[in-house]
Amino acid sequence: MGAPDGADPVHDRVDPGGRGPLGDSPCPPSAFGRRRFFHWLSLSVAGLLATLVAIPWVGFVLSPVLRVAAPTWRLVGPVEDFPLDETVKVTYFDSEPHPWAGFAAETAAWLRRESEEEFVAFATYCSHVGCPIRWEEGPRLFMCPCHGGAFYADGSVAAGPPPRPLDRYPVRIRDGNVEIQAVGVTAQRG
Amino acid sequence: MRIVKRVGGWLYDRSRISPIVQALLSHKIPPEVGRSRKGWFYVFGQALVFLFLFQVVTGTGLAMAYVPAPAFAWDSLRYLNEEVFWGAFLRALHFFGASAMILLTFVHLSRVFLTGSYKFPRELNWMSGVILLFLVLAMAFTGQLLRWDQDGVWTVMVAAQFAGRTPLVGEYLMQLILAGETLGGGTLTRFFALHVVILPLLILVVMGFHIYLVFQNGISEPPRAGRPVDKESYRAWYAKLVREGGSTHWPDAAWRELVFVAFVLLAVFAFALTLGPQGPGPAPDPTALEADPRPDWYFRWYYALIWLKPRVLDEVVLVWFPIFLGLSLLALPILFPDGERAPSRRPWAVFAVGMALLFWGTLTAFGLRPHWVPNFETEPLPAEQLEGASAGAREGAQVFFDRGCQFCHQVHGHGGIYGPDLTAATRRMPPEEITIRTMIGVRDMPAYYEVLTSEEMDRIVAYLRWAAGGDE
Repeated sequence: MGAPDGADPVHDRVDPGGRGPLGDSPCPPSAFGRRRFFHWLSLSVAGLLATLVAIPWVGFVLSPVLRVAAPTWRLVGPVEDFPLDETVKVTYFDSEPHPWAGFAAETAAWLRRESEEEFVAFATYCSHVGCPIRWEEGPRLFMCPCHGGAFYADGSVAAGPPPRPLDRYPVRIRDGNVEIQAVGVTAQRG
Repeated sequence: MRIVKRVGGWLYDRSRISPIVQALLSHKIPPEVGRSRKGWFYVFGQALVFLFLFQVVTGTGLAMAYVPAPAFAWDSLRYLNEEVFWGAFLRALHFFGASAMILLTFVHLSRVFLTGSYKFPRELNWMSGVILLFLVLAMAFTGQLLRWDQDGVWTVMVAAQFAGRTPLVGEYLMQLILAGETLGGGTLTRFFALHVVILPLLILVVMGFHIYLVFQNGISEPPRAGRPVDKESYRAWYAKLVREGGSTHWPDAAWRELVFVAFVLLAVFAFALTLGPQGPGPAPDPTALEADPRPDWYFRWYYALIWLKPRVLDEVVLVWFPIFLGLSLLALPILFPDGERAPSRRPWAVFAVGMALLFWGTLTAFGLRPHWVPNFETEPLPAEQLEGASAGAREGAQVFFDRGCQFCHQVHGHGGIYGPDLTAATRRMPPEEITIRTMIGVRDMPAYYEVLTSEEMDRIVAYLRWAAGGDE
C-alpha cells in the first residue's frame, strides 16, 4: 500500500543463500532440514485439501452433462383429432418435469399429419439462433420473429438466415394415439 | 461525546489500522490528476466501485422477495412490482444501476485505452479490468434472464443455441446452460446462483485485485506527446513525479470522484423514478409461441449484427468473433507494452474507439427498429381506402392480407417492411414478373406455388394494379 517508489522490499531483497523465503532458515543450506520439510508438507496438504473440496463441487456442477436421460414418449392425443395436412401446436411434459418448474416443465412441438399413418413433429425453436417460431396458416409458413427466418410446411428453409431445416422429433402411433418423444434441444454444430 | 471519542480511540488503537489509514490518506497521485481539469477523466473507476456496491445493496433487497423457481419467479416479480412497499422502485434502481454500470464500464475501458494507461507497468491492471468487463457482461446477461418472462425464457434458449455452436464441446456447453437437455426445473436456480453468489464474489475478488494494483502501480499520469513509456526508467521517473508533485488522492482526486458518483446516482434515481422497473413482460411459457423476444438495450447491437453480417459468416460472428475480441483485449498490453501513450501519437487507437462507437451506435439503431422482422400485427387495408376499387382488386386485397403477403410488404402504408413496398410494384415490373417472383421466390421471398392458386395470384396482381393507380 506504500508509495509506488519502484522499490520492492520482498522481491528485491538480496538473498545470498538463494533459497527464497527460506533464506532465514537456521539449518545448513545443504540439508533437507525440518523447516524445508514442513514448508513442502504444508503446501502439499493445502493443495490436497483444495482438490478434495473441488472434486465433488465440479462433479456436481457438471452433472447435467454426465446424466443420460432415458427416452420418454409423451401422449399428445388420439389420431383422429389431427386433420390431414394441418399443422397444429401440441404441448406435453418434457423428459424431467419437476414440480417446481411450472411453465418450464412443458414443451411444445408443431405436429403435422401427412397421411393416415404418417405424422411429422417439428421443434418450436428456429434453427438459426433458437427463437420461437410460429406457424402461419395463410402463407403456410413457419416464421421467426427475431431475424426473419421462414420455413415451409415440411420444415425446409424458405427465407432468411437459418442454416438448416427445423429439427424433427420422433413420432409414433400407439393404440390409436399419437406419441412424441421428449428429446433435448439441439444446435447447429460448429 | 467523550465516550464516543474513547471508544473510537480504543478501536483505532486495537485494530492497528493507523498504517493503512495513513497509506490511504497520503497516497500520492500525479499532480495533473489532482490539480487540473484532466482529473475529470480519472473518475470512472471509482464510480464503478460505487455502482457495484449499489447493485449489491439493491440486489440483496430484491433477493428477499424473488423466488428462483421457474413456477413462481414471474409471479414473485409481479408481486414485487405491485404489492411490496417500494418493490417496484427497488427493481427500477437495480435495472438502471446495471445500465449505468455497463455504460461506465465501456467509458472506463475507452479512457484507459485512449490514454495508453494499460502500458508498462500496468499490464495486469488492464487484464484484470478485462476480466471484470466479462464478469459485468455476464451479470447483465444473467440479470436479464432472471426477469423470467418471455424474454428471459427465450434468452436461455438463444444462449444455449449460441453455446451449442462451439466446436467440440458445444453440446456439453448447451446442456450446462440448460441444466439438462431442455429448459426445465433446474435452469433458473443455476442462473440465480451465478447472478447472486458466484459472479458477485468473483467481481469482488478481481475488483479487489484491480484496486490493489491501482494503489501499487499508482494512477497513470495524463499522457503527453513525445514522452513514451520506457520500461527501464518509467518506475523511477513516475516515483519522482508523484513524490515531487505534492498531490494526494485524498482529497485532491477524491472530491471529483465523489461529485461524479453523486451525479451518476442522481441520474439512476431520476431514471428509476420516471421510467419505473423493467418488466416483467408476458408470462414465461415456453409453449406460448406468439412470442417476440428481444434483448435489453445493451445487447441490441449484437442482435442487429447477427442479421446484418453476411450469412456465410454465421460461425465467425456467433462463435469466433466474441472469442477473438475477448482474447485480443486481454493480450493488448502484452502486444503493446511500451512506447507513446498520447492519443495524438496513436491515431489507430483513436480510430479504433471511434469505429467501435460508430458500429455500436449504428447497430443499436438497427436493433431498436429491426426492419427484417415480419409485422405480425398488421391490419387489413381499411374499407374506405379501397373506395372505388373493382371487385377483383378488393378480393385481391383480402388475399394479400390472408396469405401473409402483408407480413413483409406494404401497400398504401399498411404492412411490414421486410420486403419492398408494393404500392407501385406494377409500375416497376410487368405483372408476369410479379407472378413469377411470387410463385418461385427470390432470395428472402418464399416460393408460393404450393400456397396460391392462379386465381388468387391474378387477384393479387389486380390489387397491385389498383394500388399503383392504374386501371385494372
